[in-house]
Amino acid sequence: MIAAADLASSYELVIIGGGPAGLAAAALAARAGVSTVLFDENPGVGGQIYRAITSTPVADRAVLGQDYWDGAALADEAKASGALIVNGATVWSLDRQRLVGVSVGGKARMIEADRVIIATGSQERPFPIPGWTLPGVMTAGAAQTALKAQGLVVDGRTVMAGSGPLLWLLAAQTLRAGGTIDAILDTTPRRNWLQAMFHLPDFALSPYFAKGLALLREVRAKVPVHRVDTMEAVGNDRVREVVFSGAGGTRRLPVDLLLLHQGVVPNVNLANAAGVAHVWNDRQLCFVPVLDADFGSSVPGIAVAGDGAGIAGGTAAAERGRIAAIAAVRALKPDAVVPDTQAIRQRLQREEMGRAFLDWLNRPADSFRMPEGDTIACRCEEVTAKQVRDTAKMGCEGPNQMKAFLRCGMGPCQGRLCGLTVTELIAAERKTSPDEVGYYRLRPPVKPITLAELASLPISEAERKAVER
Amino acid sequence: MFKRLAEKGPAIAITVDGRKVTARVGDTVAAALLAAGIDHCRTTPVTGAPRAPYCLMGVCFDCLVTVDGVGSRQGCLIPVREGMKVETQLGRREAGR
Amino acid sequence: MTRTADVVIIGGGIHGCSTALHLALRGLKPILIEKDYAGRHASGVNAGGVRQLARDLHEIPLSISSMDIWERIEELVGDDCGFESHGTVLVAESEAELAGFRERVDDLNLRGFGHEELIDAAELRRLVPAVSDRCPGGVVSRRDGAADPFRTTQAFRRRAVEKGAEVVEGVTVTGLSRNGATWQVETSAGIFEAPKIVNAAGAWADRIAAMLGEPVPLAVVAPMLMVTSRLPAFIQPVVILRGRKLSFKQLGNGTVVIGGGHLATPWRDSNETVLDWHKLAISARTVWELFPAMHEATVVRAWAGIEAYMPDGIPVVGRSSTSEGVFHQFGFSTHGFQLGPGTGAVMAELIATGSTNTPIDGLRIERFSTKDP
Repeated sequence: MIAAADLASSYELVIIGGGPAGLAAAALAARAGVSTVLFDENPGVGGQIYRAITSTPVADRAVLGQDYWDGAALADEAKASGALIVNGATVWSLDRQRLVGVSVGGKARMIEADRVIIATGSQERPFPIPGWTLPGVMTAGAAQTALKAQGLVVDGRTVMAGSGPLLWLLAAQTLRAGGTIDAILDTTPRRNWLQAMFHLPDFALSPYFAKGLALLREVRAKVPVHRVDTMEAVGNDRVREVVFSGAGGTRRLPVDLLLLHQGVVPNVNLANAAGVAHVWNDRQLCFVPVLDADFGSSVPGIAVAGDGAGIAGGTAAAERGRIAAIAAVRALKPDAVVPDTQAIRQRLQREEMGRAFLDWLNRPADSFRMPEGDTIACRCEEVTAKQVRDTAKMGCEGPNQMKAFLRCGMGPCQGRLCGLTVTELIAAERKTSPDEVGYYRLRPPVKPITLAELASLPISEAERKAVER
Repeated sequence: MFKRLAEKGPAIAITVDGRKVTARVGDTVAAALLAAGIDHCRTTPVTGAPRAPYCLMGVCFDCLVTVDGVGSRQGCLIPVREGMKVETQLGRREAGR
Repeated sequence: MTRTADVVIIGGGIHGCSTALHLALRGLKPILIEKDYAGRHASGVNAGGVRQLARDLHEIPLSISSMDIWERIEELVGDDCGFESHGTVLVAESEAELAGFRERVDDLNLRGFGHEELIDAAELRRLVPAVSDRCPGGVVSRRDGAADPFRTTQAFRRRAVEKGAEVVEGVTVTGLSRNGATWQVETSAGIFEAPKIVNAAGAWADRIAAMLGEPVPLAVVAPMLMVTSRLPAFIQPVVILRGRKLSFKQLGNGTVVIGGGHLATPWRDSNETVLDWHKLAISARTVWELFPAMHEATVVRAWAGIEAYMPDGIPVVGRSSTSEGVFHQFGFSTHGFQLGPGTGAVMAELIATGSTNTPIDGLRIERFSTKDP
C-alpha cells in the first residue's frame, strides 16, 4: 500500500481515475519517460466498466463476458509501465494552477502537476421517480458493481427498469450468474425510434450492433419485458412494490429490489471545480467539457479523457486516454517516442460510430428526467421537484441561486444526483434552455474530507508565520 | 436482496452496531452490509428517512456510515478489515459525526 | 434608448440593494445596475456574521444603527433573512490577550458604547461549552448574531423592487459622463441618466472611482470559508479569535461555517477564486485545538467571495471628493454584511436630504487623496 507520505510533492503528469482512460494514459505516458502518478479512489483499478478486474471473485469468465476481461490487459500494461498507481486515493481538489489535493489513508497532501488528465468517467444519470430514495431501490450499475467486485448476485424478487445498453448487459450477466429477474420495465419512449432510425446504418457497422442484438435475445428469452410510461417505487421503510403503467394499463409488482438505470452521464464535478468550461449536449442531455482534438480543456494543462469527455464507452475511453497522454508527453518531453495518433484516432472514430443511434434511442423521456410534485429531486437535502419548480417560477434563474433558497445540491453528494434534474427543471419552468440556465458552480473539496485530514496537510514553520499575525 | 455466488475467500469478522457480521476479503463496507441483508445504513439528517447504499460507486453518499469511530465515511469505497467497527448513522442526532 | 432615474446605483450587493430600498422608501426612483446578479459575490457568499463586536471606532455608529434594523429585519424586507441572535464571543486564548480585551472594553465604555462586555472563564464556558478549557475568558456582544447572506441580499433586492426601484442585472458599466446636472452612466445595455450616482461596486468600485478621477488604493481580496456536513447542535454564538484568524458558527441546520480571513487568490475579471488549502489547513488546526468535538467533522465545501479591502481596513462612505452628485459606499474590508442595512439607510438620507446625523466623517474618501483637503 502506498501512503500519503510516500508521495512526491510534484509529478509531471497526474491522472485522476483508474478506468480505461486513466490506465491507458498512465501506461503510455510512463513508458515515454514521463513521471506519472495515477490516483484512484477505489480499492483496485478498472473504473466502473472493468471494476475489480484484478480481484473479481467471479471465476466463470462467461458471466461477465469477454468485453469485461479485455480490461485485464489495460491494468497489466499500466502496472508494467512504471506509473505510480495509488488506489484508495481520493482527489478532492484541483485548481487552474494544477495543484491537486488528495487524501490517502486519512492523510491529505497537495501535489503539483505539470499536466493533469481527468479520467473520472461517468455516473448513472439521476432517475428521479417517486420512491427512488427507499432502501431496496438501487441503480443497475450498483448491482453490476456488487457482482463484479464481490460476486454478489441479486436475490429475491427483482425488477430492473429503465433504458440503455447497461441495463440489458446487467440483466444478461445476472441471468448467467444464476440470478432471477421478475421483470424488466422498459422506459424507452417509442418515438425515440423515429430519430434513432436515421443513425441505424452507422450503428449497424459499429461493434455494438451484433452484441446488442444478442444481449436483447438472451434476456428476452427468459424475462418478461413491459413497456412503461410511468413508474413508482412504493413502500414505507423500504420498497415493497413497483407500480407502473403503459399501454396495458396500471400494474403492480411486489419487489425486494428495484434496479434503475437510464444511461450514464459525465462525472463533471472535478473538472467543473477546476474551472473547466462545459457546454450542454442536447443529444446526450448532459453537460460535457469543451475540449480540443487532444481532449485539452479550457484550463491550460488540464485534459479530460474517457467518458468524462462525453459518453462513448470503455474502448473509446482508452483511446481517448492515449490521445490525451500523447499530448501531455509531447508537451513535457518533446523528444520522447510516442505512438502514431492517426491510427488511434481511426480506432476511436470506429468506436464512436454507433453512438448517435444509441443516444437517440435511449434518450430518457421528459417525465423520467423532470419529475413533478413531491418526488425528491435532491436526495441529500430532500428537496422535492415541486419546491424546485415553484422557486423557479418565483424568479430563481439558476441552480446556484436555487442552492441558496432550497439547499439543493449542498449536501455531501454535491449535486451529483440532482444537478441535471435541477437544471432541466429550471429550464422547463422558465422556458429556456439548460445551456442558458447552466450548472452548479462546484466548490472543492469535491469529495468531503474530515477536518482531521485537512489538518494533516504539512505546513512549514515559515508558512505558519507568514499567514499569522 | 443479494446472495454470494460462492462463499469463498477468507472470512473477515466485523461488527455492525455491535452485531457480528461475517464479510469476505474484497468486500467493501457497503457490500458487506448488503450481503448480510442489512436493510439500511443510515437515516437522513433532514427527515430521518432510512437510506441504503444506492450507487455503490462513490457518487450518491447514501451509504454513509461510521467506521471505527469516524463518521460519514463512504461505505462503498472502504474495504473491510478484521475487527472493523461499523455503526449506522442516525439522522440529525449524529449526522456527520 | 436612454433610461432615467433619480439615482443610479452601481453594484447589487447588500449595500447597493439596501440603498436602493431605502431610496425607494423615501419616494425616489433608483435604478440599480449589477454586472452579474444580486448577491453573486461577497454579499451572497460571506460568513453571514451580524457583528457589532470588535469594530473600528469609525464604523461603530453605522454598526449600531444597522443592528437596530437587523432586529426588525422582517418588518423592513418581508423576510427574516435567517437572522438569529445568539451573540458573538471573542475568545481570549491567553491571560495577556484577555488583558488587552479589557482595555478595549474600558475604552469603549468611556466613549459611551456598552455593546461589548468582558466575560470571565465561567461565563465563557456557559456561552460556549464546547470551547477548550485553556481559554481564560473573552468579550461578548449579546445582540449580535448571524443571517443567511444570499437570502438577505435577495430580500433587500426584492423589497426594493416592490417599492419602486428597478434592478438591471447582467449589465456592466463602461463609462461615466456628466451633462449639466445630469450624470450619464454608459453600460453594456445603453445609457442610464440620473442626477445622483451611488458607487457600491465592491471589489470593482475602484474602477468606478477611477472614471471620476478619484483613484483609491483598493485591494481585491477573497476571504475563504468552509462548511461542514450537519452536526448535532453544540454551539450557539458566533465565535471569533483575535490572535489567530478564525470565525466559527453553527447554523440552524447543523452545518458549521469556518472562516476568519485567510485569503484565496481572486481573479476579479473572470469572477474566479483559487483557494489556498495550506491556509485552510491552518484554520482546520485552529478549530481542532479549540473544539475537540470537531475532529471528525467533514468539510463539504470551501469557497471565497471577491470583495474590496482598504489599506486602513474601514470602508469608504460618503460624497465623492471630485464629482458633485456622486456618493461612495464600498471598501467594507471583509466585514460589510452587518453594516448593509444601516449604511443603506444613511446613504438614502444623505442623498435625499443632503445630510445625515450619523457620524461617518471618518469614512470619507478624502483620506486617500495625496493632498490632504
